[in-house]
Amino acid sequence: MLNFFHNSYIFILIEKLVNFINSIFFVLLLVALSFALVFSPPDYLQGDSVRIMYVHVPAAWISLASFSCIAIFSILNFIFKIKNLKLITKSIAPIGLMFTCIAIVTGSIWGKPTWGTFWAWDARITSMVIMALFYLFFIVIYKFFDDDKANKISSILAVIGLINIPIIKYSVEWWSTLHQPASIKITGTSTIHSSMLTPLMLMFFVLILYCALIFLMKYKTEIIKIKKKNLKRYDQ
Amino acid sequence: MLPKKVKKRASLLAILLFTSVIGIFLILNALNKNILYFNSPTDIKINQDINFDKKIRVGGMVKKDTLKIKDQEIRFIITDFKNEINVSFKGTIPNLFAEGKGVVAEGKLQDKKFFVADRILAKHDENYMPPELKNIMKDNAK
Repeated sequence: MLNFFHNSYIFILIEKLVNFINSIFFVLLLVALSFALVFSPPDYLQGDSVRIMYVHVPAAWISLASFSCIAIFSILNFIFKIKNLKLITKSIAPIGLMFTCIAIVTGSIWGKPTWGTFWAWDARITSMVIMALFYLFFIVIYKFFDDDKANKISSILAVIGLINIPIIKYSVEWWSTLHQPASIKITGTSTIHSSMLTPLMLMFFVLILYCALIFLMKYKTEIIKIKKKNLKRYDQ
Repeated sequence: MLPKKVKKRASLLAILLFTSVIGIFLILNALNKNILYFNSPTDIKINQDINFDKKIRVGGMVKKDTLKIKDQEIRFIITDFKNEINVSFKGTIPNLFAEGKGVVAEGKLQDKKFFVADRILAKHDENYMPPELKNIMKDNAK
């Protein structure tokens, strides 16, 4: 059982998973992109600029989900001191930052033709920028402090950043914002037509696969770093 | 049973989370007026001390059949279905600006019923559908 969590075992598992995802990823990406860019209908109001949504919405979801993952793993790591969890949070953070930036940039590209402005300091957009800063600090801290200290600080940072997640989610309902409220509701009927929901879900699935791929590769690098460190110690 | 050290760390984290939630709640509460991106016509009607020299944003729906264009000047009424405010604007409008749709106007209040905008933003709603469906819905409504 202990062997299951051993780094070498994880290393082999990652190799297999990466190969598997690589074999299906590009086909799925092509399918999803052709649905999103060609086969799905334009919107009755926005026209073709609705297609930006197929990247924007999944990117935003992923950025929120990966911060929640980081926060939960950080809490567990802080309390129980599990070494692997530190590697996992370190590997998720760059993905989260990247998708937060993608969500912000695509959002502002969409904002120009629809709202009439690239940028508005409303509650939704500002809270997204704050989350991007949390991601940035989480990553940068490891460059400035030694690993143990950075681990502690970043865990605390993640816990404080976790409070921002519900604020982002409900900002469009609590305050008046330029950003529209959510179209896809967990309870109740969604206000997005099924011919647009299908490509959205496809794109979401593909981007999740992409995240998994990047995450596994990053995780692998972190394990290699540790092995290298151990080798050095052995040499001396 | 969990070791004492683990319990200690868990309670430290719980206290940290608790205090920061309360802290952020208090900050948001204090900022409440400033977090709002725009005021509704009702907000402006209720508000007693309006600074007429300060730029503000008014948001709501463009009332149907009130949009008039005359010599580059656009006039319309913003409504939140309780109160209304007249808006005058010169300049370019975004594509999605239309009667019966959401709008945010940025500018200065002349008086409580008249607003001079220098920028218009269209507020998009959460409905996404293909154009054919919209036509069908229009036909059904008739």
